[in-house]
Amino acid sequence: MEKLSTRHLLGIKHLTRQDIELIFNTADNFKEVINRPIKKVPSLRDTTIANLFFENSTRTKLSFELAEKRLSADVVNFSASGSSVSKGETLIDTVSNILAMKVDVVVMRHPNPGAAVFLSRNISASIINAGDGTHEHPTQALLDAFSMREKYGDLTNKKVVIVGDIAHSRVAISNIYCLQKMGVKVKVCGPPTLIPKYIHALGVEVEYNLDEAIAWCDVAMMLRIQLERQGADYEGNQVKYFPSIREYANLYGLTLERLHKLNKRITIMHPGPINRGVEVSSDVADSEHSIILNQVENGVAVRMAVLYLLSGRNLE
Amino acid sequence: MVNERLIIDSNKLQLTIKRLCYQLIENHHDFSDSVILGLQPRGIYMADRIHKELEQILNKKVLLGRLDVTFFRDDFRRRESPLIPNATQIDFTIENKKVILIDDVLYTGRTIRSGLDAMLAYGRPQNVELMVLVDRRYSRHLPVEANYIGTQVDSIAEERVKVEWKETDGKDQIILYTPE
Repeated sequence: MEKLSTRHLLGIKHLTRQDIELIFNTADNFKEVINRPIKKVPSLRDTTIANLFFENSTRTKLSFELAEKRLSADVVNFSASGSSVSKGETLIDTVSNILAMKVDVVVMRHPNPGAAVFLSRNISASIINAGDGTHEHPTQALLDAFSMREKYGDLTNKKVVIVGDIAHSRVAISNIYCLQKMGVKVKVCGPPTLIPKYIHALGVEVEYNLDEAIAWCDVAMMLRIQLERQGADYEGNQVKYFPSIREYANLYGLTLERLHKLNKRITIMHPGPINRGVEVSSDVADSEHSIILNQVENGVAVRMAVLYLLSGRNLE
Repeated sequence: MVNERLIIDSNKLQLTIKRLCYQLIENHHDFSDSVILGLQPRGIYMADRIHKELEQILNKKVLLGRLDVTFFRDDFRRRESPLIPNATQIDFTIENKKVILIDDVLYTGRTIRSGLDAMLAYGRPQNVELMVLVDRRYSRHLPVEANYIGTQVDSIAEERVKVEWKETDGKDQIILYTPE
């Protein structure tokens, strides 16, 4: 019988193409479920899930919580602000305490890269990484690829360009892994200061000119400029990756004017939250080119599939 | 070694389907308030067959859906790997309708129990009936019985009943497999 090759979802890097396809096929069924008059199924009624968010999140947290509730799981929520973390408790202690309350699955977002892997080696519950620093954000990449698959069917040899702050983006890394496993050709585009030096090692090409990048691609994935991850280096010195937001918007902002210059239609995606007028202009975000809201809807279905497949093991 | 025994051949299966259709018509008349739901994975073939036959006899459209019960089963997390779901396809509401659930084999009754739960996401039916092609008697885990039965088989737990369809298996027949 089919099952995932792993009992945690730590990153796309650890998944096989078969895993990704199994998640997509299962998500197809959950997408049908969340469009029913009654959107709830009882599959996880004996499962308890802890959502641990050590970093701010609106969409991912809501989406996970909704997915869990639609599967009838019991859900406990935790956010770092206002908790014992601010009193100096370590990650393992915090999580062990929560696990002592008999939790089966942990969904965690953490500012430190590798936090999910670290946790998976130290505790017995299944871990789902909901974003660890600048490392990976696997469910976002899965829902992005799922949304593309919904639009195009087979993704082999499709062309995707990821535009913006590649250096600080876990969405970019997870998407590069995920899309390449599905046979997609990936380019990244952005100012040289925001492109990691060794990005070629992942097998992607770099394009510094946005107009050429969108002329090449079928799908443009616009990333948010992560103002919270800029500003200072490790010694506290002021660091700026580009001269001004206005200059960034001029060079790398996607506008309807740019799209009209193309002799083809491309699809616009954005993982959210959008800085309107910076990486994407408002008219593009709301145009028929954009599948941004489909991404959000598919997020719930994909997360339901991941939770379902990871929780479906034998009771221990 | 496994012994195979043919329970019903292609001709008799066709007759059985016809007979079941006329039994349905006795109770549901012109099907204006009635809908058919085939249970995934294997009940859908029988539902397709019944549906086709009914439309021919009545010369009108009859509502047909496919219901997957995977998310409502009671053995989730009690197996080695997760249960892989199939598609549910119901493009109508069953609110106040007479529902006929169709499956190929009735054995423990657990699938039907899940089906009754799964169905409720599409509305509150006026009543529900069950049609099966094969009723494996004396093996129920739950108090579930069918209203319309193609044939009855007395079998032990180690035996397996398989309904094969021309569309998927190349031949219409019902076979009983007995391990030696």
